[in-house]
This record gives sequence, C-alpha cells and structure tokens, in this order.
Amino acid sequence: MSRNGFEAIIVGGGIVGAACALELARSGVRPLVIETGEIGGGATAAGMGHLVVMDDSDAQFALTRYSMQLWDELIPELSSDCEPLPSGTLWVAADEEEMDEVRRKQSFYAARAVHVEVLDERQLREAEPGLRAGLVGGLLVPGDGVVYSPCVARWLLERAVELGAEVREGVEVAGLAADGARLHNGSTISAGIVINAAGCRAPELTPGIPIQKRKGHLAITDRYPGYVNHQLIELGYLKSAHSVSADSVAFNAQPRLTGQILIGSSRQFGVDDPAVEQRMLRWMLARAIEYLPGLGSLSVLRTWTGFRPATPDNLPLIGRVTGQQTEGGAVWVAAGHEGLGITTSLGSAMLLVDQILGRPSAIPVEPYLPSRSIAQHIAHYGEDHHG
Amino acid sequence: MAEVILLKVDGEEVRVSEGSVVAAAIALAGAVRFRRSVGGTPRGPLCGMGICFECRVTIDGDPHARSCQILCRQGMEVRTDG
Repeated sequence: MSRNGFEAIIVGGGIVGAACALELARSGVRPLVIETGEIGGGATAAGMGHLVVMDDSDAQFALTRYSMQLWDELIPELSSDCEPLPSGTLWVAADEEEMDEVRRKQSFYAARAVHVEVLDERQLREAEPGLRAGLVGGLLVPGDGVVYSPCVARWLLERAVELGAEVREGVEVAGLAADGARLHNGSTISAGIVINAAGCRAPELTPGIPIQKRKGHLAITDRYPGYVNHQLIELGYLKSAHSVSADSVAFNAQPRLTGQILIGSSRQFGVDDPAVEQRMLRWMLARAIEYLPGLGSLSVLRTWTGFRPATPDNLPLIGRVTGQQTEGGAVWVAAGHEGLGITTSLGSAMLLVDQILGRPSAIPVEPYLPSRSIAQHIAHYGEDHHG
Repeated sequence: MAEVILLKVDGEEVRVSEGSVVAAAIALAGAVRFRRSVGGTPRGPLCGMGICFECRVTIDGDPHARSCQILCRQGMEVRTDG
C-alpha cells in the first residue's frame, strides 16, 4: 500500500472507471477514482444506456454477452433511479433484404444460446403499433434492456466507497506514470496500479492509443407511455454506403421508464465542437419519422450531443500499455468502448481486474488487449445504432 | 350573446362560453389536478400563458396539450390525470 493509502488510481469516473473501481474494491484492492468533471458526466451521461448483445464480431459478441450476464446479476440490486427497463431490442427490417439479415442474426444468436424471436409483419405491428405500415418484420432480442447510465455509475461508485474506495470529483490529472498520477496543481498521488479509464480523453494521458471521438446527437421527448415498447433499431445500414469518414444517421428509438422516448442516432467523425447541429438533428429526426410517423407530433424536451470513444476495430482497449508514452512504466487502460460502453463496462472491468490480479478470465482477453494489432478496419455500422 | 360550447372533461359534460380556454373548462368541472409530475405530485395551471407547461392535459387523444392556450371546441374530449 502506498503512503496515500491507495493501491490503485483510476482516472475517469464514467461507468467504465466506476465498474473497475467496484471490481477492484471487491477484490481487496483500494482504489482512488479521479474524475475531472462529475461522475458519469461524459459519454456515460450522453449515451442511450442500451444494454445489448451484439453480433458484429465474435469478440464483440463475447464481451457483450459476458457483460449482459453480469448485468442480469446486477440489475436486481440497482437503486430505482437507475431506471432499469427490460425492454428488449427489436431490430426492424424494412424489406426482404433486411429480413435476410434478421435470419442471419437469428441463426448467429441461436447458435450461441441467446434467445431471439423472428417477427413477421403482423407480429411487428402488434409489438410496435407506432411503426409505419409496410415494414416486413424484425428480430426481437428479449434479454436486452435499458438503464439510466449516469445513476448506475454513481451507484457502482457508492458500492465501491463502502468497500474502501475514494472518489475525487472536479480534479484534473495532468499526467500518468506507472507509479501514480500528477495533478494539474503540481501534486502527485502514488499507487502501484494506474488505470486510464478516461474515455475520449484517454489518449491525452496515454498518447498513442488509438481512440478517436465520434460525435452523436440525441433527442428526448416528453412522456408518452406505451408509445414505444422496445429499443427499436433499423437494419437499414445494410444498404447505406457508410464509409469511415462520412456523416450518417440511423433510426433508433428507446422507451424510458418515465414514458419518455429517446431518439437517435447520428455519427460524425472529425468534429470536436459539441454544439447541436441543426442539419444533423433534422436529418436524424426525419429518419426516425420514416419509421415512427407519429413522432413528428410529439414534443421534444431536450437535444444534446456526446462523443463516443471509438477504436479502429470497434473493440475497447482493456489491458496494459507499455512504453515511452507512459513516462517509462506501464499503465492499465480500460477505454475506447465507443457506443457500447454501458453494456461492456461490467465485462471490461472484470477482464481488466483479472489481468491486474493475475486471475483467470471468463472469456479470452486477447481480442481487447491494447497491444493487439489493429488492422485497417472498414467500420461496420452496427455499433453506431446505439449509445 | 356568445355561443355555448359543450365539451367533456374526464367524461363529465361542461358548458362554457365560446372563447373559453380548456383550463377554464377543467376548473369549472372541479378538477384541481391537471397532470402529475415525474415524481407523481399534482400539477395545475401556474403561468396561464403557455410558458410553464404545468397545465398539460390530453385533448382528443393528444397528450401534453397546454390547456391554458387552447380554446374549447364543441365535442372536445379532455382528460386530466385527476
């Protein structure tokens, strides 16, 4: 134990840092969490809070599936302000080509023991009467759900604090080394374990790690209970020519426990300005109205943007980073979760703490190691339909 | 002489003069709780000029209508959270 009494420093009090803090504390390692803003105030608060098993790659499936098992254990314990809603995900197919994708997904999930249901046109209408006529069907993933992420981050840290963790908000870290953190006021805090969980800001503290900001827009309506029953996501990305650099939107609507509807999604590369852009917002809402024609008459209460911490292969960085950039030593990283960070926070924390403590892991850690070779990657659009 | 408008508030018939706002008809019907907040506490008209959104009710099936800004129409069906 260091003279400060902390065995680990975690930079970043988003849901990933919070989950790491709780898992360390549960494992008998006392962490200090340093958050420059407020707990859960970055991408954690900006995103949708969609808990989803994804199938874009085997590694993505493994991490989301493992994380969902951890969520299933956690959700009964959460406080009510975390607003867990077992909404399921409904992937919506607009034509036969997209129905082929529904069947492909169905066989992928079924082969991996994830319960899914294929809906035909009539079943889709019954499940979601607000959807326009003419959609051909969908894939329901009943085990998926929704939470209010910033409250989950706070809840996780409260549990960690009960086990001896400490949290400092509004403190900015200027630099990281293998044996501690240097603060902006010039002071240093030492600890044997240093974890960079700073999301989009992670490369500022660990230069060279491949994380880029992807901007997204969201809108939330007033309360219309029952208007949307599942997390709805279009499969239309199949036909859109999404390139790595182009701006795009996709239909994504989420019911909240309050009856509000959260509407997404957009993605933009190379934009640093967090301002809501009317062009993107109009485009995103127009896409949503194509699927839910009645949406145009509902009142939107608030619109905002956020930045997803994206990696070139759409997988997070979970593990040790060595080299010059860490001022001579090694730091641990848990960052780059893009639009899936709420779902994958719990699994990521387990995989990171497993590595730190030399424990065996429930799933292979190799696909997420920061040292993996990240091949030139043509981004698949699937990940960007949420979060 | 203003025309009499007949409408329903929570199923009860209310008569008002032409030009009356829905909030007035609700008050005549005796309702005090127009809607509920997220936390379930009662809400009713505050500003009377469409700014505070506290007087929202469902009018002819449309939720979140500001009752202080909408004139009563013949046959209107108004529903509060009362």
